[in-house]
Amino acid sequence: MNDLLAARSQMGMSLAFHIIFAVVGIGMPLLMVVAERRWLVTGDPVYLELAKRWSKGTAIMFAVGAVSGTVLSFELGLLWPHFMEFAGPIFGMPFSLEGLAFFVEAIFLGIYLYGWDRLSSRAHLWAGIVVALSGALSGIFVVIANAWMNTPTGFTMAGGVPTDIDPIAAILNPAALTQTIHMTLAAYAATGFGVAGVHAFLLLRKPMNTFHRRALMVALLVGGPAALLQPISGDRSAKMLARHQPAKFAAMEGHFRTESAAPLIIGGIPDEATGQTRYAIRVPYLLSVLAYGDPLAEVTGLDRVPRDEWPNVMLVHLSFELMIALGTFLMAITAWAAWLAWRGRELAENRAFLRAVALATPMGFLAVEAGWMVTELGRQPWIIHGVMRTADAVTPMPGLIVPFTFFTLLYCLLSVAVVWLMYRQIAKSPSAEDWQRIYTPVLRDA
Amino acid sequence: MPDITPALLVAGGLFTALAAYLVMAGADFGGGVWDLFATGPRRKRQRALIADAIGPIWEANHVWLILAVVLLFVCFPSAFARLSVTLHIPLTLMLVGIVLRGSAFTFRSYDSQRDDVQRRWGLLFSWASLITPLLLGVVAGTVAAGAIPVRPSGTFVDAFVRPWLQPFPLAIGALTLALCAYLAAVYLTVETDDPALQDDFRLRAFGAGVGVFVAAMVALLLAWRHVPLVWHGLTASGWALGYQVVVGALALLTFTALWQRRFRLARVAAPIQAVLILSGWALCQFPYLLPPDLTIAAAAAPNVTLQLVLGALALGFVVLVPSLIYLFRVFKGRPQRV
Ligand code: HDD
Ligand code: HEM
Ligand code: HEM
Repeated sequence: MNDLLAARSQMGMSLAFHIIFAVVGIGMPLLMVVAERRWLVTGDPVYLELAKRWSKGTAIMFAVGAVSGTVLSFELGLLWPHFMEFAGPIFGMPFSLEGLAFFVEAIFLGIYLYGWDRLSSRAHLWAGIVVALSGALSGIFVVIANAWMNTPTGFTMAGGVPTDIDPIAAILNPAALTQTIHMTLAAYAATGFGVAGVHAFLLLRKPMNTFHRRALMVALLVGGPAALLQPISGDRSAKMLARHQPAKFAAMEGHFRTESAAPLIIGGIPDEATGQTRYAIRVPYLLSVLAYGDPLAEVTGLDRVPRDEWPNVMLVHLSFELMIALGTFLMAITAWAAWLAWRGRELAENRAFLRAVALATPMGFLAVEAGWMVTELGRQPWIIHGVMRTADAVTPMPGLIVPFTFFTLLYCLLSVAVVWLMYRQIAKSPSAEDWQRIYTPVLRDA
Repeated sequence: MPDITPALLVAGGLFTALAAYLVMAGADFGGGVWDLFATGPRRKRQRALIADAIGPIWEANHVWLILAVVLLFVCFPSAFARLSVTLHIPLTLMLVGIVLRGSAFTFRSYDSQRDDVQRRWGLLFSWASLITPLLLGVVAGTVAAGAIPVRPSGTFVDAFVRPWLQPFPLAIGALTLALCAYLAAVYLTVETDDPALQDDFRLRAFGAGVGVFVAAMVALLLAWRHVPLVWHGLTASGWALGYQVVVGALALLTFTALWQRRFRLARVAAPIQAVLILSGWALCQFPYLLPPDLTIAAAAAPNVTLQLVLGALALGFVVLVPSLIYLFRVFKGRPQRV
């Protein structure tokens, strides 16, 4: 493994790890706030218990998110010093704002997690709302920075150095809006279905448990709408890509030959050597429609892209197909839930539905990983699209395989610990005796 | 007086972030150190006090470092690039420390309360708390010594090891570690109203205070022998003598306050003392960001960027100061009972 490959692998691995915790850090506060708000409105103590138990899991995930995010901030320099030297002043604004959002988030998360007995319930709920908002904002800011790497704006090149720097124009880059919307929805969809899936699984074992019924409802309420909106937002992303990042678009669609009235390629194995995507289903005209809203429009294929500027077509295409498949599944489950609810059925009593939701537990997270592979691998060989190659950005430090191996091992161990601790939290879900304790104050009041 | 430029203001912001990180997060690391050295019949209660004191605030305190890094790479990108290349190894090790400290601390709170499980996470947490400030100090010491070249050259060892694996940076590492432990011990005296626990940490504060003094003297000696840049800065300039007197006076004040058990006074004086020590470093290399060649002005990003960042910092000030005050009032308003 050469140093460039080691650096890319380390960056990708660190980000793929961090994004799980980041997504939870955006999604969980919203779930907790919804549950706590329902407690304040209905007075049902199960909701309070729910918010409290979720907050324990969130504390674990948040700590790992914070430390792995710190690693990323340094890795930008440790692995890509030339990139940061070039890009820092241009795309740094969102990072500064992100730093601010983190600060607010960390402060109020401390207040939220440790302040159950120290604040009024109203102040406590507000602390949760601030955490949810600042978490979403920090995600939005960092994704804006990433969008700039994909569609760089806000500077002109003069003899290899950027001049006329305009950080505001850099923030308003063409990919920023589509990417931030898609990512924020993804965070809610992934967390919502992740949590719903766990509680659905437990409901399959203990069907009458009120705790899990309420949890399932709150989680679907957050995850479902996001999963329904996700294809619409993904379509906007695709239209943006067709205009601004044709190579990435062609690679993700497995579309080699430039043509009008282009068919949509579903599935299949792209072969870079022959320039064909084999074993695929082709839907006539659909790619032109999806890209430009016109069945006859010409769609640029990889043949218009110089061969040394192709990304890894196979990986990008397969990742994209995986995301679409998972997104379709989540959308279908949401439609099913809406149908059942509309018919006045109790979701928690439909075992087939519960099985489907339990199956969906990891799917949102997998879709997030796959989607990021499309974005990041699809940008290659560029670190700043059309401006700087990844190979020119890497640090001169040799032996990068060592930190890559080391961080991989470290993160594997952390993952094991996190999974074990989450399992412990979930396994402790309330038993019959706990119910008595939770409900006693209400019964006494009544 | 130099002109007040945007670059200088951002550099001031960078210094403020580092100072805040030292006196807030530094004390959290110091708490970890005292977890490692918890002894005597109140060992368990010492550890519980430390955990309660840092639990709600460490993540917020930690963001100061992130702010510093972001300011560095947005506003002084060439300095960030040079630092990251030459100091790849110590920075990576420091990151490992940061990762293990934060996660082990959190895992300990949420894992089984059985003694052996707690001890295992506790050891990881406390060793990581010890390593991290040490490496942070090494990084700072290397910068102060002017050992960050424009481009790495020579063998692997010449380029990536020798600059920082030197007596002076190591002494600064020890100084930073002692300072963190000192701050933590002083703060912990006001976190409890149990006189026995207060005494435990009072004693530790004295010990760590002596450690700070010794490490500082060793660093000074090494500077005199090996690092003329620092030695010259600390002794020859006009502010040097006045500065030494003020630092000495504050150290004396903290020690007297501890002696007389006026813990709240010590709690105020100790962080000021720490910030002054950090200012010594800043003053000694001013106007250089990376001595001996890269000045603040030369490293600075274009003015648009600096002005926007200053705007963001102003906004941050308005939002963060009340939030931080609220955080500390909720959790630090009264001593805890453990
Ligand atoms: C729950 C997660 C999830 C789901 C269900 C979907 N996506 Fe997605 N997708 C992501 C999570 C995601 C992501 C991980 O969040 C990405 C990576 C970068 C980004 O902005 O969002 C992404 C990127 C991404 C991109 C590349 C954007 C870019 O590089 O700028 C496209 C074209 C789509 N998606 C399209 C879709 C479509 C048409 C979907 C319909 C089913 C879909 N996604 C479902
Ligand atoms: C969190 C979700 C993300 C994931 C899973 C992810 C994944 C990856 C992967 C796999 C690579 C390696 C690319 C390769 O092999 O060529 C990479 C590279 C990189 N990513 Fe991301 N990325 C994410 C978000 C971001 C964001 C938000 C940024 C920055 C603002 C970013 C910045 C970079 C940089 C600087 C590189 C190295 C250069 C390169 O190979 O292009 N990434 N990322
Ligand atoms: C190069 C890319 C990235 C960098 C440098 C980065 C940096 C960081 C840092 C420093 C933290 C810790 C903040 C704290 O101490 O509280 C953090 C946490 C977080 N990051 Fe990232 N991040 C990156 C990618 C992403 C992406 C792609 C997202 C999501 C969309 C994201 C969302 C979050 C969120 C929500 C948190 C706080 C919640 C948590 O800790 O779980 N980050 N990140």
